[in-house]
Amino acid sequence: MTDSAAGRTPKRTPLYDEHVAAGARMIEFAGFAMPVEYSGIIAEHKTVRSAAGLFDLSHMGEFSVSGPGAAAFMEWAVTNKVANMKEGQARYAVICKPDGGIVDDVVVYRRADDFLIVANAANIEKDVAWLDYLRRSWPGEGGPPVNPEDVVIRDLSDETALIAIQGPRSEAVLARLTGADLSAVRPFRFVEDRVAGHRALISRTGYTGEDGFELYIAPEAAVPLWRALLEAGGPDGLVPVGLGARDTLRLEMRFPLYGNDIDETTTPLEAGLDFVVKFDKEGFVGKEALERQRDQGVPRRLVGFKLEGRGIPRQGYPLFAGGREVGRVTSGSMSPSLGEPVGMGYVEAACAEPGTLLEMEMRGRRIPARVVEGRFVER
Amino acid sequence: MYPEDLRYNKEHEWVRRENGRARIGITHYAQEELGDVVFVDLPEPGSTFQAGEAFAAVESVKAVSDIFAPVSGRVVEVNEALADRPELINEDPYGEGWIAVFEMDDPSELDGLLDAEGYRKMVEG
Repeated sequence: MTDSAAGRTPKRTPLYDEHVAAGARMIEFAGFAMPVEYSGIIAEHKTVRSAAGLFDLSHMGEFSVSGPGAAAFMEWAVTNKVANMKEGQARYAVICKPDGGIVDDVVVYRRADDFLIVANAANIEKDVAWLDYLRRSWPGEGGPPVNPEDVVIRDLSDETALIAIQGPRSEAVLARLTGADLSAVRPFRFVEDRVAGHRALISRTGYTGEDGFELYIAPEAAVPLWRALLEAGGPDGLVPVGLGARDTLRLEMRFPLYGNDIDETTTPLEAGLDFVVKFDKEGFVGKEALERQRDQGVPRRLVGFKLEGRGIPRQGYPLFAGGREVGRVTSGSMSPSLGEPVGMGYVEAACAEPGTLLEMEMRGRRIPARVVEGRFVER
Repeated sequence: MYPEDLRYNKEHEWVRRENGRARIGITHYAQEELGDVVFVDLPEPGSTFQAGEAFAAVESVKAVSDIFAPVSGRVVEVNEALADRPELINEDPYGEGWIAVFEMDDPSELDGLLDAEGYRKMVEG
C-alpha cells in the first residue's frame, strides 16, 4: 500500500503470469503483486491441512553472510545461537535492536560457505541496511567482535525464487520429482539437490504447522518447477494457495506475523519467543535490554484468545479486563479448521494467564473472549 | 448477475421493493470481491437508519465491509439464517443471502438508485 502511494508499481515474482492465468485474485503485499486467493481462502486452507498446497513466496528476502567473520557476526546479530549450526541445519531467530525491539524474524540456514538469512519481504531493505550498519560498527560502539572487512553481506532476494509445498502429502509429491532422500531431511534441515531437473535448496520448513518443504531456486526455474509440482501433485489434491490462507494457517499455529504481532516496539520476550533468545551467549544485540526485561518481568504478553460471542477479532480492536482497557488485538480471523473466531493480541502481563476472561470491543460492543494456551489447532 | 427487478447503489447493495418494504442484500460482484463470508453483523430489528448509514457489516476471512442502507427506514426483519450460514451470501446473494428488510420512510428514494443496466455499466465500466 505504501509503495503504490509512493507511486511505485508493485514488483512481480517470476510466477506472476501463472497466478493471473490461474484466476488468482492479486493484491499488493510488501511492494509485490501477490496472489491472495485462487479458489477461496477457506477451501485452500483446508486443502493444506488435509492434502497439500503450493505457495509462491518469491517475495521474501534472502541474504548471504559470508567471510571469515561470518559466524561471529551472525552470533552477534541474532538472538538465537547460529554459530554452532552444522551445514544443512536451519534455525528460527530474531534480529533485535539494542532496546530489544524486533527488527525482523528470520530463518537462518547454515550452508557450506555462508549463512543464508530468509527475511520478511516488507523488511528487505531495512534488514540489509541494519545488518550492514552492524557490520561497520566496532565493538564498544555496539558492533560485533569482528573486523568489518571479514564479513560480506549480499542481498540475494532478486536472484532467488521460493516455492513452498505444505501439507501431509508434500513429501510424497516432492519425492516424485527429486532424487534426494527426503525422509532423511528432518524438520529444520535442508539439502541441496535437483527438483524436476532444477537446482534447489530443499528445506523441511514452513509457516503452516504442516509437514512440508520450501524450495529456494533460481528465478528462471520458478515457472517450470511450479508447473511440474502442480502436475505431479494433482492426483494428491495439490492446489496453489494464496497469502490469505497462509495467514489463517499460521494464525491457527499462533506463529507471529511481522508487522501484526511483532515489530520494533515489541520484544521477543513479550511475544513469547523466549526460546530463540539465548542469554547464555557471550553477547548479542539487545541482550542487556532483554536481560533487564527478563529480570523485571515483561509488562505485557502476546496471548491467543477465542471469542465467546459472535464476531471476528481484527487488528487494533481494544481488549478489556474488568472493564479496563488492557491491550489490543494484533491478528484475528475465523479459524477455518475450527469454525471459531480466534485472535492474538498483547495484554498486560497480569491478564495473560490461560483462562482469563477478556472482552473485545467490536463496533462499539464488548464481546467476551477467553485467553487460551498453546496453538489453536493441534498438529 | 444483475437481476432486472432490483435497484442498486454504488456501494454494491441491491434493493427489492416489496410494496412499502425494501429487501436488501449485497450484489454478486460484492460477494466475489469479498471472498468467503464468515460473519454477518446484523442490525437489531426495530432500529432505524438513514440512507447512506452503515446498518450491518459483512466480514470475509480477510476484511470487514460496512453495509450502507440504500434507503431510509426501520428494520423489520433480518436474515437470521446468516448467523449460522454466512456463506449464503456467497452462494445466493440475490436470494437466500438477503440481509434485512426495511420499512421504507420514503419509497421515492428508490428512484435515486441505479437500475440493472446502470449498475452493470458501473461495474463493468
